[in-house]
Amino acid sequence: MTENIMTVNSVSEEHEHQNHSVFGFWIYLMSDCIIFGCLFASYAVLRFQFAGGPTAKEMFELPGVAMETALLLVSSLTFGFAMIEAYKGKKTGTVFWMIVSAILGAGFLFLEIKEFIYLIAHGASPDVSAFWSTFFTLVSTHGLHVTLGIIWMIVLIVQILLKGINSKMLPRLACLSLFWHFLDIIWICVFSFVYLLSMVP
Amino acid sequence: MKKILPKVLLSVMGSMFAIVLSGCKLVVLDPKGTIGLQEKSLIMMTAGAMLCIVIPVIIATIIVAWRYRKSNTNSTYAPKWDFSYTLETIIWGVPMCLIAFIAYHTYISSHKLDPYKPILAPANNPHAKPINLQVIALNWKWLFIYPDYGIASVNEMAVPINTPIAFRLTSDAVMNSFWIPQLGSQVYVMAGMQTQLHLMAIEQGNYAGLTNNYSGSGYSDMKFRALAKDDKGFQDWVSKVRASSNQLNDKTYAKLHIESIKNPVEYYARVEPALFDNIVAKYNNGMVMDKITGKMIYTGSTHFSNTQAGE
Amino acid sequence: MLGKLTLSAIPYNVPILVGTFIGVVVIGLAVLGAITYYGKWGVLFKNWLFSVDHKRIGIMYIVLALIMLFRGFTDALMMRTQQALAYNSPGYLPPSHYDQIFTAHGTIMIFFMAMAFMQGLFNLIVPLQIGARDVAFPFINSLSFWLTTAGAILVNISLFIGDFSTAGWLAYPPVSELQFSPGVGVDYYIWAIEISGIGTVLTAVNFLTTITKMRAPGMTWMRIPIFTWTVIASCIMIFTTFPALTVAIGELALDRYLGMHFFTNEAGGNVMLFLNLIWAWGHPEVYILVIPAFGCFSEIVPVFSKKPLFGYPTMVYATMAITILSLFVWVHHFFTMGAGANVNTFFGIMTMIIAIPTGVKIFNWLFTMYRGRIDFTAPMYWTIGFIIVFVIGGMTGVMLSIPASDFVLHNSEFLVAHFHNTIIGGVYFGYIAGMNFWFSKVTGFKISQKLGKAAFFFWFFGFFLAFMPLYVTGFDGMVRRLNHYDNPEWHIWLQIACLGAFCILVGIVCQLAQLFLAIINAKKPENIDVTGDPWDGRSLEWSTSSPAPSYNFAHIPIVHSRDAYAYDKEHGIDTRRTSEPYHDIVMPKNTSTGFWIGIISIVLGFSAVWHIWWLFIISGVIILAIVIGYSFIDDKEFIIPASEVERIEKEYSRKLMTQVAE
Repeated sequence: MTENIMTVNSVSEEHEHQNHSVFGFWIYLMSDCIIFGCLFASYAVLRFQFAGGPTAKEMFELPGVAMETALLLVSSLTFGFAMIEAYKGKKTGTVFWMIVSAILGAGFLFLEIKEFIYLIAHGASPDVSAFWSTFFTLVSTHGLHVTLGIIWMIVLIVQILLKGINSKMLPRLACLSLFWHFLDIIWICVFSFVYLLSMVP
Repeated sequence: MKKILPKVLLSVMGSMFAIVLSGCKLVVLDPKGTIGLQEKSLIMMTAGAMLCIVIPVIIATIIVAWRYRKSNTNSTYAPKWDFSYTLETIIWGVPMCLIAFIAYHTYISSHKLDPYKPILAPANNPHAKPINLQVIALNWKWLFIYPDYGIASVNEMAVPINTPIAFRLTSDAVMNSFWIPQLGSQVYVMAGMQTQLHLMAIEQGNYAGLTNNYSGSGYSDMKFRALAKDDKGFQDWVSKVRASSNQLNDKTYAKLHIESIKNPVEYYARVEPALFDNIVAKYNNGMVMDKITGKMIYTGSTHFSNTQAGE
Repeated sequence: MLGKLTLSAIPYNVPILVGTFIGVVVIGLAVLGAITYYGKWGVLFKNWLFSVDHKRIGIMYIVLALIMLFRGFTDALMMRTQQALAYNSPGYLPPSHYDQIFTAHGTIMIFFMAMAFMQGLFNLIVPLQIGARDVAFPFINSLSFWLTTAGAILVNISLFIGDFSTAGWLAYPPVSELQFSPGVGVDYYIWAIEISGIGTVLTAVNFLTTITKMRAPGMTWMRIPIFTWTVIASCIMIFTTFPALTVAIGELALDRYLGMHFFTNEAGGNVMLFLNLIWAWGHPEVYILVIPAFGCFSEIVPVFSKKPLFGYPTMVYATMAITILSLFVWVHHFFTMGAGANVNTFFGIMTMIIAIPTGVKIFNWLFTMYRGRIDFTAPMYWTIGFIIVFVIGGMTGVMLSIPASDFVLHNSEFLVAHFHNTIIGGVYFGYIAGMNFWFSKVTGFKISQKLGKAAFFFWFFGFFLAFMPLYVTGFDGMVRRLNHYDNPEWHIWLQIACLGAFCILVGIVCQLAQLFLAIINAKKPENIDVTGDPWDGRSLEWSTSSPAPSYNFAHIPIVHSRDAYAYDKEHGIDTRRTSEPYHDIVMPKNTSTGFWIGIISIVLGFSAVWHIWWLFIISGVIILAIVIGYSFIDDKEFIIPASEVERIEKEYSRKLMTQVAE
């Protein structure tokens, strides 16, 4: 009899824990969102401080950035597919779509690093002026998040392959999915407020 | 022992308050300038208004605590009483009224005593023209430039009384705050930026001036004297400065810019006119805000921007 | 190989530091020796350092806070002595040393004393008060503690290797920029704050989740005990404002490490950006600290007045009002930057509006005492002392919030007196009142009320002696952080202030004696808290034994009303539900992961301070590897069998019966 109650208890407990990590992760994301808010505020304050150095309009190459945006948006979509598969409990499908998302994310990072190298080689390095300091800080903080997201994705892929999709794995995937979509939203802000706005005369 | 100690402490505290009240002159409460006077009366009025509530609250706390002590079984005991609309209305209402009163005066005084607002010539000296004074904070000394007279001084400034003073301030080092307590307001002084301050002395005297924002190891000695003189006294001071053999140009300024603590008072009989603007401009790619239009203009002097003077 | 670190970084030629070092080594060896002698190493690590039990983590937080109080207060004494001596003389501390001391004092007292104490109270009380068995994320809780500790240790390493920041506790640029602070001091500051800041944000996430998701059945929002409400408020402010601190200090670090230009004089940097960011965190920070202290008072006053809290709903509204308002007041810290009258008016009025809900709280406590039966225990002394001190601090705060008054009071000793008035009178008195109140709940034995009251009197009068003179010198045009001065009028006041600081020292000695005697007399039968409810408490933490068993509640209590336990006692309800059968309880396993991440964070910070980049990279990789490795472990829980729960509960019931029989 007691055993019976115990299983009921532990099942409900398991269920409770699930909710907790996703809820807690939401709060963390709000906090992270404010970090980006402060970085955007810094950017807004310093966005005309070129200190006689290269200006944003001279240096930005929109096609490359548009490509980055496309890669990241598509990776969000593919991660959505991974989640659909995961909720169906399909291991192979989940892993496949996660690998696709990670590759797209890596492609984004590759283009971003390429852009950074180009900028620094052409005299727009972060120590030139306040503008380039705040630009590099904002964009690379996002890039760092993407890097961590990719590492996280690889870890979860390995875990799914080892252990399958179980009740412990789903909330983890849900958190990563929140994180990945959140980074997309941040990037849309970066693309609009940093790149597009700099092109406006 | 336990009974005596609080008494000893109480008497020490009592005597402290007695010393304060017995007319020891605290400079902020003994202002010699129009701005300072208004700030003093604002402080007195708002503090007085708040004391009307604070003192009764302190007394009520002690009385309530004593009256409803456990051993006093004569007092009423209401173990279930935990809410009253009337009382809640009062305890929200009273602080609201007080804050509304203070907020009104905050609005009025913030506008009236805005440091950027020029002071009008006083009634007893209606034709007084404001005296312009450029202030540059250096590590760790104050440089005063009188653009109308073409002179400058270090760690000492003089002004005629009953004459509005229009300060423009900048820094060629770290951030400081420029303050002459007996004249009134202070304002921050930052490199690459110009702040403004308007004061007026109404009594002759030799007042302390200082920095009020920590600026490094020479901070405690970054002091100056502000001399408020009558017209003749001020003219004498100007002549004294003009009699100096020093001139302030790029070369001597570079020397002055070197860090020093307890720098003696120095006078300069001649100053390069664009010095202040150049110092602001050197942190802004040669740009400086035009005094009249408020727009950024190019000074044409890149001289300073190339060399970090004195390093 | 060792970056900037050379032998010359060790200050063996500064007698004060050498003395301190010897003292630390002697005490450290004595402690280590004692642990070895009594064979407690295993217990220390397994049951404490690796623990994820919120009650043990709470105790460790408070031990950390008390050690940091000792450090921070020593700094305070040194500063007061310097200012008492330094009239027309250089005193005994050169500016380079004195400036480090006032920087360290502020940094340590806020980040590692007050914040640690606060998080300790969160841990000790919140899960018990809401009827939960642990926090939502026990491992993250342990990690938070170790990150805070890592920050504290980094600050203290700077005593003996290199030096600490001289740029003030908020490290205003450009003084804190590389150009004006080329040493490693500011770097120590940066890494200590950033590492402990992560810990604090994790605490906020953890407790918000715990309170939102894990309350006992029946505990609706308006039945949550007030202390827990204040924790909610505090956590909301932490997770919304700490990012601003992280960004401000992070950008300063980028300026210093990568030559960027956020806040430099040259190349378009903007000092005011830093001021805005840091105070967007800095002002809410004082509410983060003081609101849980208000929560302590709100628990203490009803219990000792034998009455429910007066105006519970308005207390909740007032707390949340302060939380929201606190986010819109930061500019009052720099009215003097010349922002213009309208901006100043807005922020001034927003600031003084906070005085309304705060005043309401004071009145509510007064009406709770009114028509009560007040039992004058030590926590009550601290509470009444708090009201008296705090209303004065509130008044001077409103004076500072009026921009035109602030123009002559800003950054003067008046300001120093004001914020000590609120932080000592509000925060410290509150936490100590809470500590005296909940001591037996946490440890299972009682603490001396007599010594507690003596400590209160020395603190209370010492406070007035130490800080009222500063109001006077503030009015006399004395600015803060002065190393020496030549104004004869200030001298006597600073001597009185120094006397006050030593009076407070006696208060601290009383508190240490209180703790020490409580611990050595812990086994005496008259000191043991048998019932778990020594004060006739009102909320759920008093319904379980002292100290609470590892699972807190054998049956999760069912809440019928506000003041849940008082209601149950009145209506004869058995909160513990002893007649029902016991079940197995699943609890989190202890883990060393948080501890090791903390230790390696110290290495990470230290190597960054000294530019030892290979070590920095290695420790970063190790931290990442530990986190990933930990995520692979599935077996993170263990089961306390029903029979064991039953044994523990029966034993407690038996003790309760004998107590009643006596």
